[in-house]
Amino acid sequence: MSLIQCNHLSFAYDGIFAAKDLNFTVNSGDYLCIVGENGAGKSTLMKGLLRLKKPASGSIVYSDGLTAQQIGYLPQQTAVQKDFPASVYEVVLSGCLNQLGILPFYGKAQKQAALHRMEQLGISHLKHKCYRELSGGQQQRVLLARALCATQSLVLLDEPAAGLDPVVTQEMYELVHKINQELGITVIMVSHDIRCAVRYAKTILHLQQEQLFFGTVEAYQNSEVGRKFLGGGTNA
Amino acid sequence: MLDLLREIFSYPFMVRAFVVGTLVALCASLLGVSLVLKRYSMIGDGLSHVGFGALAIATALNAAPLAVSIPIVVVAAFLLLRISESSKIKGDAAIALISTGALAVGIMIVSMTTGMNTDVCNYLFGSILGMSKSDVRLSIGLCIVVLVLFALFYHRIFAVTFDETFARATGTNAGLYNMLIALLTALVIVLGMRMMGSLLISSLIVFPSLTSMRLCKSFKAVILNSAVISIVCLWVGLVISYVYATPTGASIVICNICIFVIYWLIQLAKGAFLREK
Repeated sequence: MSLIQCNHLSFAYDGIFAAKDLNFTVNSGDYLCIVGENGAGKSTLMKGLLRLKKPASGSIVYSDGLTAQQIGYLPQQTAVQKDFPASVYEVVLSGCLNQLGILPFYGKAQKQAALHRMEQLGISHLKHKCYRELSGGQQQRVLLARALCATQSLVLLDEPAAGLDPVVTQEMYELVHKINQELGITVIMVSHDIRCAVRYAKTILHLQQEQLFFGTVEAYQNSEVGRKFLGGGTNA
Repeated sequence: MLDLLREIFSYPFMVRAFVVGTLVALCASLLGVSLVLKRYSMIGDGLSHVGFGALAIATALNAAPLAVSIPIVVVAAFLLLRISESSKIKGDAAIALISTGALAVGIMIVSMTTGMNTDVCNYLFGSILGMSKSDVRLSIGLCIVVLVLFALFYHRIFAVTFDETFARATGTNAGLYNMLIALLTALVIVLGMRMMGSLLISSLIVFPSLTSMRLCKSFKAVILNSAVISIVCLWVGLVISYVYATPTGASIVICNICIFVIYWLIQLAKGAFLREK
């Protein structure tokens, strides 16, 4: 079943195209990795999928019931967050906000969901720790738990491993893999770490303002674009 | 000590100052946490200058000060919010523009009508006599509105403060809550301005939250702690102001500075102790 379908999708800033004529589908249970160099339009596409930016042309069709309230998102960290005085539990719980509707406060269900997600990501012991005192990898886990609180079906990750050291990066990718495999949550990830993308993802979307490749990982590795990008030795 | 307090509270104007001051300090400290973390502290400062201009206009027109200044400052709040969100104009420069502009307009109006007198001095630096009876009722009412709205939207305010993009992406109307924060801030500034002075009111917003951020580890703790700090400093400041006949606003700010330094030293000591271990 397709969750998201993009037809001739384009995005522009002030009339200049950032991404042009994209055609791809995301099915339920997929693990799609969007790769490409800096400025290739990856983040723009991400914003478009999150309905934060309107397409210049073309359309994004969401399957029934996939509203913004059902999408989880792991953004890149901002400077504000780095010294933010909040406990881990408060941050994770804030992911449940979109399930409140018009209610002002969290109920038992949301609190339990938050605790459950923390357990799944192995951060239960950090519950009362201050977010700003955590290591980079722990902070990413907290934000991932928050993203999972906001969704049952689809999570979008924007460079989840940015700024992490190699060991922690590896752990992060394993974790995302687990979320996809064991929890059955569809993953769309922006990354410029092409090697990890090929290793863990099921499908690849390669962007360079326009769509260079869309298909399975196997097909990508055998394609000319893929070979060039993988073999080039750069991990741009 | 008890005699002193009994004496203070035998004056109706002191009772008014305590009641309204406490409520305003409470509101300011709650909102302050969010404003400081969102890097919006300068909006508070800009608004207080706009408030001065509005007060000058009200005096010139012989109108009720609060009735004139509240709408003007609310409009300015939305404008400042808009400016700081758009990337085309640099937010801090725009705020400086608006605040000095409003101050200049206010001073021109005052000097052309009543002339530079003690009233102007009171507007700028605050006065314990600032609250009239009719103002008190309106102030109490509005402060309660601010407190109720803050409590109802507490979790949403946390979400847009911590991560606006995430909130937006997962279906929270972040723009609406930003506007709510700006509206509440405008109200608090206008209400507190005449007691604290338009030059000093933003200290009520900035100091308590920055102080409690030195030591507190959760958002809720920061909020509660800054509420307590804010109220205690206000009370101590008012008493000092009464006993030594010092300007109210400045006395309160001095108390805030002392608490800030104490918290900061504790933080430093804690850091040193942890490193030692």
